[in-house]
Amino acid sequence: MPEGTFCNKRPINTEADLKALLADSRGRTYYQEMKELEVDRGALWATIQKSCRSRFRTWLSICARCGLCAESCFLYQVNGRDPAQVPSYKIHATLGEMIRRKGDVDNAFMRQTMEIAWSKCTCCNRCAMYCPHGIDVGVMMGYVRGLCYSQGFVPWELKIGSGMHRVYRAQMDVTETDWVETCEWMAEEQQDDWPGLTIPIDKEDADIMYTCNAREPKHYPEDLAEAAILFHLAGENWTVPSRGWEQTCLSMFAGDFEACKLQVSEVYAAMERLRPKRMVGTECGHAHRCTVVEGPYWAGRRDGHPPVPCLHYVEWLAEVLRTGKIKIDPAKRLKVPVTYQDSCNYVRNHGLAEIGREILSYIVEPGYLIEMTPNKEHNYCCGGGGGFNGIGLYRPQRNKALITKRDQIKATGAKLVISPCHNCWDAIRDLEEEYHIGISWTFLKPLIVKMAVVPEHLRPKEEDEE
Amino acid sequence: MYAILTGPVLWLTFAVCIGGLVARGVWYVKGLNWQLDRVPYGRYTSYAVKGALKSVFYWLLPYGSRSWRMNPGFAALFFILHLGIIVTPLFLFAHGLVITERFGLPWPAIPNGLADALTLGVLVAGTIILLRRFALPEVRGITRPEDILVMAITLAPFLTGFVAAHSGGQNSPWLIAHIVSGEVMLVALPFTKLSHSLLFFLSRAQIGIDFGVKRGGMKGRGIVW
Repeated sequence: MPEGTFCNKRPINTEADLKALLADSRGRTYYQEMKELEVDRGALWATIQKSCRSRFRTWLSICARCGLCAESCFLYQVNGRDPAQVPSYKIHATLGEMIRRKGDVDNAFMRQTMEIAWSKCTCCNRCAMYCPHGIDVGVMMGYVRGLCYSQGFVPWELKIGSGMHRVYRAQMDVTETDWVETCEWMAEEQQDDWPGLTIPIDKEDADIMYTCNAREPKHYPEDLAEAAILFHLAGENWTVPSRGWEQTCLSMFAGDFEACKLQVSEVYAAMERLRPKRMVGTECGHAHRCTVVEGPYWAGRRDGHPPVPCLHYVEWLAEVLRTGKIKIDPAKRLKVPVTYQDSCNYVRNHGLAEIGREILSYIVEPGYLIEMTPNKEHNYCCGGGGGFNGIGLYRPQRNKALITKRDQIKATGAKLVISPCHNCWDAIRDLEEEYHIGISWTFLKPLIVKMAVVPEHLRPKEEDEE
Repeated sequence: MYAILTGPVLWLTFAVCIGGLVARGVWYVKGLNWQLDRVPYGRYTSYAVKGALKSVFYWLLPYGSRSWRMNPGFAALFFILHLGIIVTPLFLFAHGLVITERFGLPWPAIPNGLADALTLGVLVAGTIILLRRFALPEVRGITRPEDILVMAITLAPFLTGFVAAHSGGQNSPWLIAHIVSGEVMLVALPFTKLSHSLLFFLSRAQIGIDFGVKRGGMKGRGIVW
């Protein structure tokens, strides 16, 4: 059986196909079919010849095989220092072999490559900082994922995820109507506590266009409400687009770069349509990475930037706290041992380490912040990055991967972990559920909502005053 | 024999070595693609130059990078090996003599004692690095026969040169062996991972630009060492 009903080389482009694949519970049939899936060797080699150019080929050829990348990789450390987890090994065993064999690889090879690409690398890019030649195995593994995807060898959840982006332009089945209704519902819900709060939809020429992660409207609409409260508190002139509000791109994890282009183009179109001065994105690492850092290249933007300047949530929050648009009640500053999770996607890969500390300086009582070791640009992946969190097939490996972060957090003695990244937040929640180390975890938004000073004119009027 | 090896063969060696390296460098730069690499080459020049220079500098500086600091022993071996490989052949008194005799060019030289020390440093450091390959499982697991061959090619001119300098005259078989092994090493430069003699700089500059422009340099600090 060269092409399966579920597991095949065709991307998911229709709602019907998406629902059918979703109905294949936990991908049982999908993975059965994958064992029979034929490799189109000619197409694989043609793709490699066209897209694997001097940078990757030079990296592979000058790799000194010195092993300095080994210790940089948390998956190597946490898996008993298994030589098969050395980044150099992982990339030579996958991309290196595909090139050496000129694409002449079989089904077993591709399934093994899939396992390496999605369960032995989270594309955290830490190894690039430790290699004398600056070889970035994470970037190459992202490319390997693309090759695997093109041949149909992709974890079930990520095939669905990229299909979601293709069908709904969101990582979950949130339609434009669902989104708009959720915004209206959340605005309405807040009226008692925040009279006059609105979530303006499709307002042109606003100062800020807000984008988020589809999980928020789908599963945690209170996150959207908190974002609205903070914009309201800061007196921002803001809006959300009815289309192009989804900032994430699971297709980046899936290696489906065509879907990535479709997704980010939708957001850029919203920017061009509504002409906001800036975009602010939610507390998500990969959303920022795809829409702000990588997206412009997928969309063919030569200057490497989205149509308007884009901020991660931490940048906006630091700005409003710095300028006093939002003031923190000193009595409410955190007085429990706190630590801070640096997301690979916007800290190591977009330089936003210090700005996170600026926020902490406003909200944590001096002496209560205990940094992880290592931290900032050198921090380890949460253990669930690059799609790892969402792949059922690799759940045991993911749970093991959480141990690095568990031990980092335990060593700080912190009781609260602030994690302005959905993926890290999930991983930290899961590590607590798995290993019970007695911590709680939070995004920044709920903390700030609780700690902010509410100016008189924004407070609800007492009934007896009316 | 000596005349042929130091005449036409040597010129051919230089031609292959330099021509080969230039070809690899040109191929590398021409193969860079802003969209596939997702790096805006040619834009934001001041960030790019700063990122590239930092990226090269902190790795050439002993213990300049965090990776070097975390591996102090290996870093020491690395710098001893590379210092000797570069300084000894360029500034050896005997090499300078040949250049001065042939072309009448004055050539700076280091004392022979220093040259001996550097050479021994290369041999000892290279040997330990080779043994490290087999001692550490994470390095053994990625080692290929080519890695041992390349180290042998690298060390051979130093071993033979050291013996030749301390044993015989112009017709010593050690001198012939030294010249041949030196030429083998030069020819191997563009065709093996020894091409890092040039490509190290290009590869480091590229990742420096990537981090220095796109991945944080314009918002934060880029790669932090």
